[in-house]
Amino acid sequence: MIEVQGLNKFYGGFQALKELDFTINKGEILGLLGPNGAGKTTTMRILTCFLQPSAGTIKVENYNILDHPLKIKNMIGYLPESAPLYGDMLVYDYLAYVAAMRGLDGGPRVERIARLVELCGLKEVVHKAIHELSKGYKQRVGLAHAMMGDPEILVLDEPTSGLDPNQIIEIRQLIKEIGKEKTVVFSTHILSEAEATCDRVVIINRGVIVADGATERLAREFGGGAVVDVTLQSADRVEVAAALGRVAGVERLEELLEVEDGLLKLAVFSKEDEDIRPALFRVIREAGWDLLDFHRRTETLENVFAQLTREN
Amino acid sequence: MSGAVTVFRKELRGFFFSPIAYIVITTFLLLSGWFFFSTFFLYNQAELRNFFSQLPIIFAFIVPAVTMRLFSEELNTGSFELLSTLPVTDSSIVVGKFLASLLFIALMLLPTIAYAFSAALLGDLDWGPVCGGYFGSLLLAGAYAGIGLFASSLTKNQIIAFILGMALCFMLTIFDRMLFFVPESILSVVAYLGSTTHFQNISRGIVDTRDLLYFLSIIFLALYATSFVLKEKR
Repeated sequence: MIEVQGLNKFYGGFQALKELDFTINKGEILGLLGPNGAGKTTTMRILTCFLQPSAGTIKVENYNILDHPLKIKNMIGYLPESAPLYGDMLVYDYLAYVAAMRGLDGGPRVERIARLVELCGLKEVVHKAIHELSKGYKQRVGLAHAMMGDPEILVLDEPTSGLDPNQIIEIRQLIKEIGKEKTVVFSTHILSEAEATCDRVVIINRGVIVADGATERLAREFGGGAVVDVTLQSADRVEVAAALGRVAGVERLEELLEVEDGLLKLAVFSKEDEDIRPALFRVIREAGWDLLDFHRRTETLENVFAQLTREN
Repeated sequence: MSGAVTVFRKELRGFFFSPIAYIVITTFLLLSGWFFFSTFFLYNQAELRNFFSQLPIIFAFIVPAVTMRLFSEELNTGSFELLSTLPVTDSSIVVGKFLASLLFIALMLLPTIAYAFSAALLGDLDWGPVCGGYFGSLLLAGAYAGIGLFASSLTKNQIIAFILGMALCFMLTIFDRMLFFVPESILSVVAYLGSTTHFQNISRGIVDTRDLLYFLSIIFLALYATSFVLKEKR
């Protein structure tokens, strides 16, 4: 369990974090979301004891990061953004070095390296110098670095940035796999990624937490009313607007497309989070319009994110 | 402490993986060899005093070149973030890197033992001052390596680290020759600060605790300042 309490960080006169408070439960996959410069990396750097907070603290399993940095470093595996590894070392030498740092020796060291080489798919590059590797492979070496000590907590800063789509899926699966047993904290600005992998997200904007909760709950809470997309054929737009506008619970109508080939695409916004579909359908059926498409759009994390982090 | 050992091993290997090490060793052997043998036959004495008297000024240029990348490179590429989030303290990192550069300099000095054997072939060499000379060289190398590490921790730029380290080491080296600028009241203090006299005392084969204390305190202060700088960077 990680408790972040009243965390502040100043860089000179610039306040990067403002009174951050949140907890990360054991075994949870937590996504840290936010636009660039929101404070995600700073939060992770403080958690991993790389930076010191200006005020406030983080407790990991009741150990304060300020008092027990070594204990906490032992519990956490960290992959910084873009994995700044030693370029002139061979992959195997690097992993052996990290293993030694993690206190692994002899047989267990060889075993652990072999396991990670397999898990992260490094077999083909294990005897290459790190600077010769592609970005995807570097990222995987970084991931192996983070997992070397079999840590209880994994902190990954934008683990999928710069990877190709196949690699992204692989890394996501890996994160989910690890997340079954361990606590994983990772930052991203790809929202579908957070939706696909996280149990919970914390959205940060300008150093302040603007939302904290399970992805579905956030979507419901901040998404406002539901939207129903309707596509009609051979209907008169004025008539349709008048008829649908009268339905109870409808807030407003929005035409998504100009009438073309007799098609009319509409977005119907409801006032509350109530289901207006039965009422809408009754009106359409009575009017006798040809209904081509009719579905409720659930508010995605994307919209929530945009709404919460928009300028001002 | 095992962290320091791991850092030490990694850095020592790192020296020999990069071309800089070989360039530095070659330059050192060329400079010291030329300075030594160009006057060796003129003195017509089988001793290494001339070699050791040149050493402080050569070290002032060579040692910062050895240490310049140790922190600058890590700060520049960002690998320092990886290193300092591994379970290792700042002081272990500093000590590991310091010992690696000290051993590297010792290995760089190793071939110059050939000078001693050459001199012993040509005449009756007194081995006492030679041993003292090498012992003093290690202390001097330690002090300069500490200062070089400190300079390296201050900047992301290796060239700045080199020039800064060189300037500091050079200052310590020439303090003794600048004493006539110094007012008499603080003369003894400034005279104690210069490294050359202390080094020459030891290299004559006289190991005085004052000289030992001088080098050990410079090493300690430099390493302490380095870990302080690293801490302040957070």
